[in-house]
Amino acid sequence: MKYSALALLRGALSGQRSWTQAWRSPEPKAAYDVVIVGGGGHGLATAFYLAKNHGIRNVAVLERGWLGGGNTGRNTTIVRSNYLFPESARLYEFSLKLYESLSRELNFNIMLSQRGLVLLAHSRHDLEAMARWANAMQMNGIDAELLTREAVAARAPLLDMSREARFPVLGGFMQRRAGTARHDAVAWGYARAADALGVDILQNCEVTGFVKGAAGEVTGVDTSRGRIGAARIGIAAAGHSSVLAKLAGFALPVTSYGLQAMVTEPVKPALDTVVLSPGTGAYVSQSDKGEMVLGASLDLFPSYAQRGSFAVTQSILAATLAIFPSFSRLRLLRQWAGIVDVVHDSSPIIGATPVPGLFINCGWGTGGFKAIPVGGWTLAHVLASGRSHELAEPFGLERFHSGRLIDEAAAAGIAH
Amino acid sequence: MMQLKCPWCGVRDESEFVCAGTTHIARPDLNATDAEWGRYLFVRDNPKGVHRERWRHAYGCGQWFNVARHTVTHEVLAVYAMTAAAPDVG
Repeated sequence: MKYSALALLRGALSGQRSWTQAWRSPEPKAAYDVVIVGGGGHGLATAFYLAKNHGIRNVAVLERGWLGGGNTGRNTTIVRSNYLFPESARLYEFSLKLYESLSRELNFNIMLSQRGLVLLAHSRHDLEAMARWANAMQMNGIDAELLTREAVAARAPLLDMSREARFPVLGGFMQRRAGTARHDAVAWGYARAADALGVDILQNCEVTGFVKGAAGEVTGVDTSRGRIGAARIGIAAAGHSSVLAKLAGFALPVTSYGLQAMVTEPVKPALDTVVLSPGTGAYVSQSDKGEMVLGASLDLFPSYAQRGSFAVTQSILAATLAIFPSFSRLRLLRQWAGIVDVVHDSSPIIGATPVPGLFINCGWGTGGFKAIPVGGWTLAHVLASGRSHELAEPFGLERFHSGRLIDEAAAAGIAH
Repeated sequence: MMQLKCPWCGVRDESEFVCAGTTHIARPDLNATDAEWGRYLFVRDNPKGVHRERWRHAYGCGQWFNVARHTVTHEVLAVYAMTAAAPDVG
């Protein structure tokens, strides 16, 4: 059913009883053309683009828990494309552009709010680094503008701009087209649109092993809901990529860390942009519900625990309060962590694996949410054609022995 | 907060330590292929379970040591010297 104002109005006349389920919960078939492991944003987007761009509709998405219950539901909902190198700029800008038309494409309001992202410079060196960063973005055709101290103060009046500030703000730079989107809506929107094109979404279906043929190629997966055949399989499992790779018999240049976020109690609108302070590691935005959404740096030891350590909670709160002192009166509602797949060069891995028929999309580290559309688009392309999408070509596994790393120090936007 | 037992200083809070990743990685021969060298530099087991790793008491005595730690529970199963063999703790 198509969502529209008219449908809402019709629903109002019938007591809102006309709404149907957004997607089916089918029983697994014995085999599919393509199986995607991981029902987060990247996996669901992959299924949608397989059906939409490539006409491959006999597809299943296998999710161990519930849709979007991993990092898709645990991030700080920020979308941006402020990267440094041309390869990354192309990739993330493509993603942001897909986000800009996604609500219409999916017929699902993902609540994209291009409220801008302000990066704070706390020192002369920060100013110089940001000038370089903004210039690199402009050279890549992406919007970026340097901000004076006064312009920053006008954009985020609650910032501590006093002379006594522990981290004085000297200026900054901004990407106006950056912003936030409703993270659950992205997962649900892709799920609903993929389902409408015939994709089976199988929740509570954990992959426990890969089935291989005589030449070592994948022929299917063993799951908690039985064996499912498929000649092509895509993995989009973020922090659990190494676990799945091990089941398939190879290892990845990935380390899993906890990345924390937290929200305060909701308050009236007080911050209408995303503020990121690379120097202190704090990043803050206000959700549409009014909560201040606080992001932190990584818990810098390998972890699969989705909770995050108190040492880092404490340091991120201290950093946030140093730049926004008035937030000290807010109470925290929730704190959590997602398990992120960090790669040495802070760039993703998209493409073939050493196992024939098995493809992977991982390594987005702390920045997977903004990349959901392009991650799905490029994984769908390689699954459908067997060849890397031109945007994804530089991001293959071979770069870890060819030495052609794409070292995105700017990727995370905060110091790790 | 996670606590680690520094072999020299005893039990201290996690915030005094720095983790330096997987330990017991043997450097391959200098004639290694690019693929072998790439594996040595970048590829890690990244287990969901017991991980053997290097820690340094950075804001304490400054000493290095090895830890066997569970990556889901964060339980520390063994603390041992940098050059000691990996203990069999699962």
